[in-house]
Amino acid sequence: MAKVPKPNELVFDYNPPQKWWMDTKPEFRPGTWCYPGKAKNAEVLGLPNPREWSPLDEDWKLPSNWKEIIFEGMRDCLNKYRSLRVFMDICVRCGACSDKCHFYIGSGDPKNMPVLRGELLRSVYRKDFTLAGKIMGRIAGARELNEEVVKEWFYYFFQCTECRRCSVFCPYGIDTAEITIMGRELLNLLGVNIDWVLGPAANCYLNGNHLGIQPHAFKDMIEFFVEEIEAVNGIRIEPTFNRKGAEVLFITPSGDVFADPGTYTLMGYLMLFHEIGLDYTWSTYASEGGNFGLFTNHDTMKKLNAKMYAEAERLGVKYIIGGECGHMWRVIQQYMDTMNGPADFLEVPRSPITGTVFDNAKSTKMIHIVEFTADLIRNGKLKLDPSRNDHLRVTYHDSCNPARAMGFFDEPRYVIKNVCNNFWDMPPNCIREQTFCCGSGSGLNTDEFMEMRMRGGLPRANAVKHVHDKHGVNMLSCICAIDRAVLPPLMDYWVPDVDVTGVHELVGNAIVMEGETERTTDLRGNPLEGMEDMSDEDL
Amino acid sequence: MGLEQFLAGDKPALARAWFDLILGTYPPETSALLQKDKNQFANPVGYTLSQSLSGIIDEMLGGFDHEKVLPLVDQVVRVRAIQDFSPAQAVGFVFLLKKIVRNRAEEGIREKRVSPNEVLAFESKIDQLALMAFNVYTGCREKLYELRVNEVKNRTFRLLQRASLIAEIPEQDTQLKNGKDSIT
Repeated sequence: MAKVPKPNELVFDYNPPQKWWMDTKPEFRPGTWCYPGKAKNAEVLGLPNPREWSPLDEDWKLPSNWKEIIFEGMRDCLNKYRSLRVFMDICVRCGACSDKCHFYIGSGDPKNMPVLRGELLRSVYRKDFTLAGKIMGRIAGARELNEEVVKEWFYYFFQCTECRRCSVFCPYGIDTAEITIMGRELLNLLGVNIDWVLGPAANCYLNGNHLGIQPHAFKDMIEFFVEEIEAVNGIRIEPTFNRKGAEVLFITPSGDVFADPGTYTLMGYLMLFHEIGLDYTWSTYASEGGNFGLFTNHDTMKKLNAKMYAEAERLGVKYIIGGECGHMWRVIQQYMDTMNGPADFLEVPRSPITGTVFDNAKSTKMIHIVEFTADLIRNGKLKLDPSRNDHLRVTYHDSCNPARAMGFFDEPRYVIKNVCNNFWDMPPNCIREQTFCCGSGSGLNTDEFMEMRMRGGLPRANAVKHVHDKHGVNMLSCICAIDRAVLPPLMDYWVPDVDVTGVHELVGNAIVMEGETERTTDLRGNPLEGMEDMSDEDL
Repeated sequence: MGLEQFLAGDKPALARAWFDLILGTYPPETSALLQKDKNQFANPVGYTLSQSLSGIIDEMLGGFDHEKVLPLVDQVVRVRAIQDFSPAQAVGFVFLLKKIVRNRAEEGIREKRVSPNEVLAFESKIDQLALMAFNVYTGCREKLYELRVNEVKNRTFRLLQRASLIAEIPEQDTQLKNGKDSIT
């Protein structure tokens, strides 16, 4: 017979325990942590301590001299990156960042406050690298490094999407994303990582993209979209692959190739390039814009980034156009130049259609497709019919990295407003540099993390719900492949009537192509406004 | 004078007291945040809580229209269903209202303005609210797992399809529908 609980056993405490943060330990509940990195993936990337392990085990199988490794790693990072030393020393714990993190707002877990996330690392730094911490210990906010601390680092550094919203509000400009990046770098020295980061990074290193799609399959997939486009407007597009001597190499996240709704965005790219007659090529080797090395360690990031430029050099292109990706642009904009740059073998990007020279990419030689398209529209080079997006009521989610790492606010809106008639921005404290993260970036977009993703995405969804209720918005546009993959489930949970699109899907719908047949549907096969009753027989 | 009328005298205080007790289910730093910022976008959880609780109180003291109550309960439970709470803690906030009502009704009973039976009847309404919250909670958790399953399914299926590794049975085309052709 099942044990019937006594009344006093049914009473639960409504109030959480009140303990100091150093004494509160994370509880590894399902949904709040990601599966650990597999040994085979760590081996491919040459990362230390490859092994099978689980965060639920008491013993994480750390190397015997793990403490020494961490201290040595910290010393190395502090010497190498002056920014880290400044971030460690300068925080006065004013709390300006504390309520700005989407994970904190959504979860209510105080250790998701950026200030406290920083303290996780800072407390160890104080204890072993500052005199005050050595002498005064806890009073000075210092603590001993032990295995519990490593477990806490794993829990919380993989509950940060490195979106940098907090840094916008820090009076000292502390970049908590870089603290997380360093935290993950140190954890990687012990072989503590998650497989959703290691797997894609290893695949990218071996096969050129996150999923390990091989060249022939990559080509097949792009050709699948060629057929889809032909079914929509009768235009046959002929993309080229690994073509030497092309003017431009186009690189986009592989998510656009295999995951809906990113695939429709990819159709938009194909249509645009065909219509303007751009001399460009795809590469089946540099077939990934994303760089999960950024979420692993600096060495992996550098390797994966170098691959794109090596391919550009091999093919002899003049410059690179990058697709709608998020963190790819943080890597290009902020790290590429000092990691692998300057890319002197390439030319400063110049649009062959408008003649515009993109001086902003003088050193990296890589421009964002949205700025390229905005320039085409600005110069009147595209024939557009925005009424083809009239069935959509659109808002725009500033994807974190293009927004905060590039200051890319106006170009996407300019393009959207030219290809759509119905556009509403979300309220000012949720967009542009204050944009709220999707809650699943920096390699956390895995299904076992769904509960935490819903917490992290709450503030973003809340703002979308507002424009949905007020203006009937039914489409959330964005310029990041991770966004396109993770915002649909987020919407499904919080605002079920809103779908997700990339900006170039909207461009693909609106672009009037030379010789095309009359369109009755958008790229997804949904009827255009006024065409709802048209069936195949009517055509 | 009925209990509803008696309580309606100070509806905002009732909602506030309930809100405060719910804040106590969060860590102190968080409960401070939840009541501090009134901006609905900077503090979505605090805002949603206070708005929904006021709405629920209105309904509890008014018509108790299930159609109106359900979306309000949904807003609160949807948040708590994905926060770090056990199922009991996630929906248990409803019972906190009993504590408040009992405290307030005590005075009314003493002064014979409210009968104890009315308190019991009101508590039955709170029980209904709890069952509603339980339904919503279950729906939210099921949704969460459905999202996981869908994510995995979409990933694999679309990939296989695009790599031409599987041949899907196509939808019947127009000709077939019109009987112009048949599968022989």
